[in-house]
This record gives sequence, C-alpha cells and structure tokens, in this order.
Amino acid sequence: MIKLVDVSKHFGSHEALKHVNLEVPTGQKLVIIGPSGSGKSTLIRCINMLEKPSSGQVIVDGVDLTALRAPVAKVRQQVAMVFQQFNLYPHKTVLENITLAPIVVCGVSRDEATESAYKYLDRVGLREKADKYPAQLSGGQQQRVAIARALNMHPKIMLFDEPTSALDPEMIQEVLEVIIDLAHGGITMVVVTHEMGFAKEAADRVIFLDDGLILEDGTPEHFFENPQHDRTKLFLSKILR
Amino acid sequence: MSELLANIGFLQEGPFSVPRWEALFSNFGVLVDGALVTLLVASLGLALALALGTAIGVMSTSQWRVPRAFARGYVEFFQNTPLLIQVFMIYNALPIIYPRLFIPVIAIGIMGVGMYHGAYIAEVVRAGIQSIGRGQLEAAVSQGFSYVGAMRYIIIPQAMRVVLPPLTNQAVNLIKNTSVLAIIAGGDLMYAGDSFAGRFGHYGPTYIMVGLIYFLMCFPLAMLARRLEERTRAA
Repeated sequence: MIKLVDVSKHFGSHEALKHVNLEVPTGQKLVIIGPSGSGKSTLIRCINMLEKPSSGQVIVDGVDLTALRAPVAKVRQQVAMVFQQFNLYPHKTVLENITLAPIVVCGVSRDEATESAYKYLDRVGLREKADKYPAQLSGGQQQRVAIARALNMHPKIMLFDEPTSALDPEMIQEVLEVIIDLAHGGITMVVVTHEMGFAKEAADRVIFLDDGLILEDGTPEHFFENPQHDRTKLFLSKILR
Repeated sequence: MSELLANIGFLQEGPFSVPRWEALFSNFGVLVDGALVTLLVASLGLALALALGTAIGVMSTSQWRVPRAFARGYVEFFQNTPLLIQVFMIYNALPIIYPRLFIPVIAIGIMGVGMYHGAYIAEVVRAGIQSIGRGQLEAAVSQGFSYVGAMRYIIIPQAMRVVLPPLTNQAVNLIKNTSVLAIIAGGDLMYAGDSFAGRFGHYGPTYIMVGLIYFLMCFPLAMLARRLEERTRAA
C-alpha cells in the first residue's frame, strides 16, 4: 500500500531522512517512534508529499508520487492526514469542515456527504457539535472532529502526525480511544506518536527512527522488550520509567 | 477698521462672492453629471482592481517561480511609476501604436485606476494570505484540494477578514485618483468642476463644492474601514 524506496530529504545542509526504505502492507497499523528531530514527521509527511523527498521514490496505492506529473492530488484523496495542530478550517462549522472536501473535491452530493458526516460524528461522539465552530470546541474535541473529517474522505490510508502532542493531558485519552477504535478496522494506518501505551495496544509494527535512519523495525513486543540498538535502549529508558 | 468694513465687499465681488455661488448652484447639474461619471469609473475600476489584485496577490504567494516573478514585476512597475504616466500612456501612446484602436476616455480611466490599484490590492491580498497559518494550506491539499481550490475555499475566505480594512482604504484612494481623468477630458467630477469654474472664473465655490462631493464619497468608506479594523482587532 505504501512503499518508500531509498528516500532522502535535506533541509539545506541538514539531512532529515537518510536513504529510508519502508514498505507498509494494506491494513497494517504502523507506529513511528523516535526522539524529536529524528525525522519521523518528515517521514510521514513524505507519504502524502507534504514534503517532497530530495531523492528516492514514494509509491502509494501503486502510484509513484515522485514521478513527474504524478496525480498527487488524486492520491491524497485516499490518504487522509490528522495533524498535531488539528488544522480545522476556523471559518467553517464542524459539519462544513467534514463535508467540504467530499463535496468539492470528490464530487459527492451534499446529502450523501452530510449523512456520512453524521455517521462519523457519532463515531467520535460529537454529533451535537455539528453546528459549532472549531474555536468553540476543546482541543480534544477539535482533534476528534479532525479525525471525522479525515474519515469522511473514505480513505484507504490514515496518517496521524503526533495527534495527541498538542493536547492537554486530560484530553489525550478521548482522542486515543477513537484512534484505537479505528485501528480495529481494516484501514492502513501510520501513526507518529510519543504514546507508548498506544503503540503497545494498537500497533502491528513499530519502527524507531533516529537521526534520519530506521534503527528498529518489528513488532511492539520486539521493540519494547528486545530492542537491538543502544540508542533505542537509551530512548526507552528515558520514556518508560 | 474702515478697511475691514470695506472688505465686506467680498460678498459682492471676489473669488467667493455671492453671485459666483449662485451661478454654481444654478448649474449644479454639471457637477452631478461629473459625480456620476466618477462613481461609474470608480466602481468599475474597483471591480477591475479587485479582480487583478486577487489574482496577482495569489500568484505572488505561489509555490512556482514564474507566476511569482510576474506578480513581483507587475506590482513593482505599477507602484513605482506615477498613475498619471500610466494613463497618458494608454491615452496618447496606444493610439499611435494601434491607430485603429479607439478607447473611450472612461474606459481609459477604469483601466488606469484598475491596474494601478490592482497592484496595491495585490500586496494587501498577499499579506492577508501570508497571515493565514501554513497548516491551513497543508490540511486543504492533504484532502486533495488543488492549490487554487485551497485558496478559493480555505485560504482567501479567511484572509478576507484580515484584508477588508486595508482594502477599504484602497477604495478611498481609488475614488480620489479617478480625478486624473480630468487631465484627459474624462468628464468626471474634477473635469466637470474645473471646466465650469474656468469658464467664468468661479474657481472658489466650485473647488470647495467638488472637494466636498469627493469627501462625501470617501468619508463613509473611511469610517467603514475604521469600524472593520476595530472589529478585526476585537476578534
């Protein structure tokens, strides 16, 4: 479903990703862990080309997005992203946030988009907030709306870029519960997170990124109980106490 | 003292004498016609300026170099040459290049102020777009919006709120600048007033009245701009 071939990314002289190879099969729940500045955000943003790799190939759903004239916008409809800062549209109501792209970009009828929007609002427990504006919601509620917005694209892949990092501690759980619920479904998921509990509970696979390199790649059990690199052990000893 | 009393004669004669005022008011229709032309040029000119300004403002925030360079060139050219030269170019130079081409003077006025203020509005729009966080564009394109679609549905509606007060100020300047038409016999308020005044030397009352009419057109807009600015600051 997702394939990164020899992907590198430079920002000026800084190398954020160094020849990364990664293949994510359909339906896999992949969690990316790593210290800040390790390149994990850059990696997940390369999957939907919010960052263009300096070299290498990104192939999503069989389409090489790094090719010249690749139908990037078309593929992005299938690859929904949830951002650390939610990035809801502040001038639109909750319902409009969820229905805008399906109607405008995908050409779904308003009725159909609204019906499925309510279905996903139910799923994240926010049906009664449909007519509110994002600024009237708490951070946790905003992020759940952002997840409903992503779901209403009926994506094949969902990308979560540190979805709980900007939240107050008491709101992290409500968002994680929604994401864990999604992880029980068949969708392909890539999640950048610092929530180790989430990784243990929901991930099929964990990769550990440090300094633009994938150091560990395996099951959550492998990662937490039997890490191979000293760098990983050091990281885990700081995070798990 | 006697000299001062003698000066009461200014009511009988001189630049502001009563007969001059009477002459102005009995020919007031001339100014009304001119004011209507000015309003026409200003409103169509503003429409053109908004269209050009929005398009060029969006181009100047583009990720591609060519539209960015074009937008830069346009803005610098129109901001750094006098409006008067631009209008003279259209009025005098174009007919020499294209002798068959006939452009009505009013259309020259619309093009002149439209293109000139389009450059200023482009800068206002650019600043407005850049005030919207990067995350909004990323969210939109991650949902499959094209760059133009993201601008239309997500970025510009938000930028509009920021941009409205300076945009209103541009409308005020545009109205005042339609007065350059007077120099090419444009039939606008300034021209109508000046040619009436020149015929009998009624400069004093006429210029005061013409200025007042411009003020009445611009002042409500200036008030609106201030009100909008306060609202933006409160939000």
